[in-house]
Amino acid sequence: MTAITAQASSTSWFTLLARRRVALAILALAALLFVAPYEALATNIIIYGLFALGCNLLLGYTGLLSFGQAAFFGLGAYGCGLSIVHGGAPVLVALAIGVVSAIFGAALIGAMVIRSRGIYFAMVTLALGQCVSAILYEADFWTGGENGLRGIAASVANFGVFKVNLVDPTQKFFFVLAFVALALILVERLLASPFGITLEAIRENEKRVIACGYDAQATKWLVFVLSGAICGLAGALYAIHLSIVPIDIVNYHNSGLVVMMSLLGGINTFFGPFIGAAIFLMLEDVVSKFTSHWQLVVGLLFIALVLFFPRGVWGTLLARMRSRS
Amino acid sequence: MSAAPIFEVKNVWVQFGGFSALSDVSLAFQPGQLTSIIGPNGAGKSTFFNVLSGSIKPTAGSVFALGHDITRMPQHKITRLGVAKSFQITSVFPQLSVLDNVRIAMQGAGRRFDLWTKRDSMIEQIDKAIEVLERVGLADRIERTAGTMAHGEQRALEMAMALALQPKALLLDEPTAGMSPEETRDMMDLIVGLAAERTVILVEHKMKLVMGISDRIIVLHHGEILADDKPAGIRANSEVRRVYLGEES
Repeated sequence: MTAITAQASSTSWFTLLARRRVALAILALAALLFVAPYEALATNIIIYGLFALGCNLLLGYTGLLSFGQAAFFGLGAYGCGLSIVHGGAPVLVALAIGVVSAIFGAALIGAMVIRSRGIYFAMVTLALGQCVSAILYEADFWTGGENGLRGIAASVANFGVFKVNLVDPTQKFFFVLAFVALALILVERLLASPFGITLEAIRENEKRVIACGYDAQATKWLVFVLSGAICGLAGALYAIHLSIVPIDIVNYHNSGLVVMMSLLGGINTFFGPFIGAAIFLMLEDVVSKFTSHWQLVVGLLFIALVLFFPRGVWGTLLARMRSRS
Repeated sequence: MSAAPIFEVKNVWVQFGGFSALSDVSLAFQPGQLTSIIGPNGAGKSTFFNVLSGSIKPTAGSVFALGHDITRMPQHKITRLGVAKSFQITSVFPQLSVLDNVRIAMQGAGRRFDLWTKRDSMIEQIDKAIEVLERVGLADRIERTAGTMAHGEQRALEMAMALALQPKALLLDEPTAGMSPEETRDMMDLIVGLAAERTVILVEHKMKLVMGISDRIIVLHHGEILADDKPAGIRANSEVRRVYLGEES
């Protein structure tokens, strides 16, 4: 009763837009195709944005800093790529295998790490992530080792009623975007559910959550697996996108990169991870054309952005818009 | 007074290193009573409270609640038996709304792993949460961010969260800590009202506060039971006066 009227009375243009944030996010990502200098970069951005979205489910919503998410991105990519290279799987099946591989990895690693907290959690996820990396590196008969997994033949995705030509960069972009959109819709639904608010409650005060009768460990484990699934989907799409899987995507550098993208965009926001991915990858693309020391330039810009946008670029903009609306 | 006890503590020891915070404490709590546990600083009050709520596991001895052995039971399961607690240090979800704070406590009893229902559509739960907030006098604060409220209001919110669990037993650790005299009075009134419907165990430092409202008072001193009596008996107890009343009126 009262809650409904209270909501209606405080409706502003900002809240109206916020309620349509998934649709707006998908439109904004589709527009990337025209903003980015070339299609492959746009595809890269939405894949890394998805990766950061998965990471942010842990970092922003549950308050868990994992430095091992590259392992699940990698398991997704290798699961997908291996099933095509060695099993001749169709693209859609390969994507599913990639996601399932990441889910298994996250379920196993999650069970081992979920009891540790804070910096220990970050370190244990990093260490176990590196184990996954080492295994994929050593299994070079299957994975190609340091040369990466090559020869992923993914030129057509067959949906039955229609086919997508993945050789065409625009079609490939929309193919990837469809999966990103699906993930966005599911994550939005998850965040709006009783489970979603439980995650935020754990971030705010885990002891209190336990005192309310929740099994905090089980909740954290489940969100770890869900995050792993999203990171895995991003990795699987990446394998399709590149047609190869470079071994360094499983490395902790990639885990750090995705954390940085999330922070850059704003970890307490829904769309921030995509903004962070877009800024980083566009900067990398533009600056590396002028100098091989692009990391220095990007690093300095990163420092500046963190100084002037403490809540991340998107997070800070949202806060300003909210106070004005 | 022959009903099955709601809590039973048998020969409980809690040791931190070589120090015994509780030494061979045995107590039973009858349903429906308001029992206060008092004692000077360092008497073991909070330790005893934490043993009942399950956040400290005893070194030796056993603890029963509502007919279950909770000695080694994980805390969240003890809560689900119907034991709610408030914290000594204010403990809410500061960045979430007051309404969400209460709703999280409510769903702890049921829809913990519901990943699909939209919370906006759970009208019944929203209404119940508002009812609980009305009870503690926060009905006009539902949209506020919990962390931005005054200290006394946050304590009241905490009480609402404990109530939202619909507990059979309510454990309160110094619920009036840091409150103004006026807020303290409101809180004590609320506690008396709550005690009419359920078992309440109250840990308190200030003896004056609990004298008028308790059915039974237990005085702890150096981790042992010094006295266990009705308020009148405690007031007359010379031992209690010596260790406790002597230092603070």
